[in-house]
Amino acid sequence: MYPAPFEYHAPDTVKEALALLDKYQDDCKVLAGSQSLVALMKLRLAQPAHLIDLRKLPGMVGISESGGTLQIGALTTHRAVESSQLVRSRLPVLAEAAAQIGDAQVRNMGTIGGSLAHADPAADYPAVGVALDASVQIVSARGERSLKVDQLITGPLSTTLAPGEILTQVRVILPTGRTGSAYEKLPHSASHFAIVGVAAAVALDAKGNVQASRVAITGLASKVVRAGWVEQALQGKAPDAAALKSAAARAAERLELRADLIGSADYKANLAAVYTERALKRAVARALEK
Amino acid sequence: MAETQKIFGASIKRKEDPRFLTGRGNFTDDVKLPGTTYAVFVRSPHAHARIRSIDSSAAKALKGVLAVFTGKDLADAKVGSLPCGWLLPGIKVPPHLPLAADKARYMGDAVAVVIAESPYIAKDAAELVDVDYQVLQAIADTEKSLLPAAAQVHDQAPGNVCFNWSIGDKAKTEAAFKSAAKVVKQRIVNQRLIPNAMEPRASLASANPATGDVTLWVTSQNPHVHRLLIGAFVLGIGEHKLRVISPDVGGGFGSKIFVYPEECVVTFASRKLSRPVKWTAERRESFMADAHGRDHVSDAEIAFDENGKIVGLRVKTIANLGAYLSTFAPLIPSYLYGTMLSGVYDIPSIYCEVTGVFTNTAPVDAYRGAGRPEAAFLVERMVDLGARALDTDPVELRRKNFIPKEKFPYQTAVAFVYDSGDHHGALEKALEIADYRKLREEQAQARKNGRYLGIGVATYVEVCGPAPSQAAGSLGAQAGLYESANVRVHPTGAVTVFTGSHSHGQGHETTFAQVAAQELGIPIENIEVVHGDTAQIPFGMGTYGSRSAPVGATAVYLSLQKIKEKARKIAAHLLEANENDVVFEDGKLSVKGSPDRFKTFGDVALMAYLAHNLPKGLEPGLEFNTFFDPPNFTFPFGTHIAVVEVERDTGQIKLERYVAVDDVGNVINPMIVDGMVHGGIVQGVSQALWEAAVYDENGQLVTGSMMNYTIPRADDVISFETARTVTPTPVNPLGVKGAGETGTIASTAAIANAVMDALAPLGVKHIDMPLTPGRIWDAIKGR
Repeated sequence: MYPAPFEYHAPDTVKEALALLDKYQDDCKVLAGSQSLVALMKLRLAQPAHLIDLRKLPGMVGISESGGTLQIGALTTHRAVESSQLVRSRLPVLAEAAAQIGDAQVRNMGTIGGSLAHADPAADYPAVGVALDASVQIVSARGERSLKVDQLITGPLSTTLAPGEILTQVRVILPTGRTGSAYEKLPHSASHFAIVGVAAAVALDAKGNVQASRVAITGLASKVVRAGWVEQALQGKAPDAAALKSAAARAAERLELRADLIGSADYKANLAAVYTERALKRAVARALEK
Repeated sequence: MAETQKIFGASIKRKEDPRFLTGRGNFTDDVKLPGTTYAVFVRSPHAHARIRSIDSSAAKALKGVLAVFTGKDLADAKVGSLPCGWLLPGIKVPPHLPLAADKARYMGDAVAVVIAESPYIAKDAAELVDVDYQVLQAIADTEKSLLPAAAQVHDQAPGNVCFNWSIGDKAKTEAAFKSAAKVVKQRIVNQRLIPNAMEPRASLASANPATGDVTLWVTSQNPHVHRLLIGAFVLGIGEHKLRVISPDVGGGFGSKIFVYPEECVVTFASRKLSRPVKWTAERRESFMADAHGRDHVSDAEIAFDENGKIVGLRVKTIANLGAYLSTFAPLIPSYLYGTMLSGVYDIPSIYCEVTGVFTNTAPVDAYRGAGRPEAAFLVERMVDLGARALDTDPVELRRKNFIPKEKFPYQTAVAFVYDSGDHHGALEKALEIADYRKLREEQAQARKNGRYLGIGVATYVEVCGPAPSQAAGSLGAQAGLYESANVRVHPTGAVTVFTGSHSHGQGHETTFAQVAAQELGIPIENIEVVHGDTAQIPFGMGTYGSRSAPVGATAVYLSLQKIKEKARKIAAHLLEANENDVVFEDGKLSVKGSPDRFKTFGDVALMAYLAHNLPKGLEPGLEFNTFFDPPNFTFPFGTHIAVVEVERDTGQIKLERYVAVDDVGNVINPMIVDGMVHGGIVQGVSQALWEAAVYDENGQLVTGSMMNYTIPRADDVISFETARTVTPTPVNPLGVKGAGETGTIASTAAIANAVMDALAPLGVKHIDMPLTPGRIWDAIKGR
């Protein structure tokens, strides 16, 4: 597999990187963990004239907590997220999603920023990002801005990132109180991408009823979908098995599902319900542990 | 003797592994020649299109491009069609040109080739070749290809029919069905698969314009077959001027038996340009343009009498052959399929009709098992469906219908004579390992708890070790199917074995050396096995059909007998003893009753070459060649048992246990046989659960990459419980039957039977493979 000719740049500073981005505009692509873009280039489906590798930039790797916010550098690998004690103890849903991405080789190379910026409609991180109401930090020559994940991703492989912008960090405000979240995924037997992946985050009030919830589904639409209709069905309810089941049953309500090699539209609707119920159950169980 | 006795039958570590595990293998793409150029093929993106014109001027103008050849260039140079090596009566054999000239007939059909100084330049230039296609209506579907409205793939094959073939006694079978107590019918689909050997196909041709010699390195399972077909039929090069080398080859599974367009084109280009030309397939080319496997749609009927005895089997199959006839394509759905429909059962009447059809899809040919998995799946599903209809235990029904041990050799109703077998023995052993009775109890309990546990049994027989050449010839083979082996003893007693078999994962360098070490009583380190080079090996038919041990190793064994006989003569002369009194044991030739009077094998070898003191009339040297033409095929058999649980919510299947009892006759190296059995089971499980090559109605391959075509990973399966029974074959002196394909032949049925057994309480009888969660859920929803 031989990609089309391209020029490779490996800037040492963010400033240099931004200058290159500014110079080449639409003629360049930013390279993070190389797990998606390079595959597309080898198939010549992507033919950027310039490739700007971010891996030498300082401060792009690492996981830390600051003022109740978890900060993950954009070039932090899935493996680092999966094995981080900080993530596992404070936000286990993120580690469990990271652990289900691709295979070991992909997890050792692929990055959280790369995954979110690539916006594959069956990727795992977008669902978790939306369910956790995570945001991303974006830098450009114009300065820095912050964006929620559900505002970042607009469609299959498309985002609101503008030419000249680099996604530098992922931030999640660590939930407090009786909260819990979980990710449930049915991987495709070939690609290991999600046929369906559901991330659910639940907050319970003092009485143990659902105070707030966020449910996000990946794999079944052209981009990650926040299932507000499931959240509404749960609002204020006691999160018993029957309530979770009936709320989850609505998961596919506003999804436009089509039959393909994976299965019928009915099957996919069923998967949405089953996996939503499973994610909700575990999220509630985690909230009740607190 | 004690030491050497262990070599045959010992799990000796593979001699070839150190080089493979440390990256020191030598595969075709590793061969580096000065001045090498690189080929990239321009392939049709359309399944069916007329080629109006090809403009390669922009490609040729690119710096570093040496040439662009099209089908017209090849036709002008009188390059021939790729031949078909197995012809059935009335078969239509349309031309298969190395580069399509008039029409492209499948997505991936090569229409031009670019030769450049680097693969990058060649790839860039290939994008500049402008092909003006007139897109035509395509037909990809196996059954629909026979409809009157279907697109016509070849003018020479009206209605897309390549051949109509049948076997068995039609009238007798019809009579059996008329008087039957119970008849069960089922439509059975055996879906198309894509082989995906780990090493993609590759070729490197180097022509010497001064001598006219051409050397072709190619990923071939049978380099002599490649030399013959390319030399004699396609390019017109005499065998003395064409050397074919198949160095290390990373897996074949059948897909590297065949002569493909690419190796012909790079050889043509090298002769034209007087430069070496190399091509290595990209993985997506492997998906598009390697010969695929299976792709049958069958209507099957099985008839029972009032006692549950099978009285007849009637099968009508449409076999998709793809766009062109690949090298052995007609053989697979005929003599390797219809002849195996008796399975392990004593069935008095069988009738099978097969229609081979052309479609706008990649050619279909042998893929691990080749015809036998299709037959075994059909028979074993029909027996299980019969058990369901008769409300009897599937194991009981099998016991009742097995060919009894005392009936071997057994003449089936469909041509073959099974050499030997003990089907009860293999079944009982598998049942014991699985603890079948306990499994049924667990299943009953699980069902009470709303769990869907299933137990699937498949009892199979297959045909290996092709083949008696005369029989093969009478059935349409355009070649003999013997094997040759040359054993050369060097003056110091070191031994080189030259075999016409080819190892591309089978471990012949170890197993064939074990045979030689056993016979000569010398350390295995003193033996080297050479394969895959037409300049070194006298002749060879190669490796497929699990033939290397029963045919190839037997040829080695027979050459070793000739070596031993001559060595005995020399030793007798040196020891002044009668030849009949010389005992050859443990690497020593001693006089019977006087073990102190001996010569070592090395002493004898040295004298054979010194020739100072040889028996009168005996010529110097110690080297013999043998062609072994087997008197019959061999018929390995066994029982596989799968235990699965189906998750009702999602249709997902969890493989809980897998027990395989195989009888492959005597075993040279149990570890290697276990490895082959494991690999085969994984491939079969994968067909049952995951793999499917799918073309859409326009003939576009929609499962064209590892993103959507499942190649199983180690963590997709479980540890298998393997065991063996041993029923040596009388067909060859080693008693070996062949072990390369048993896994794929038994396992699809074992898995499918287990899944249908799990779903029995829901009334589900049959679901087509692959048994994806989506298909399972659709079948059980609302039940």
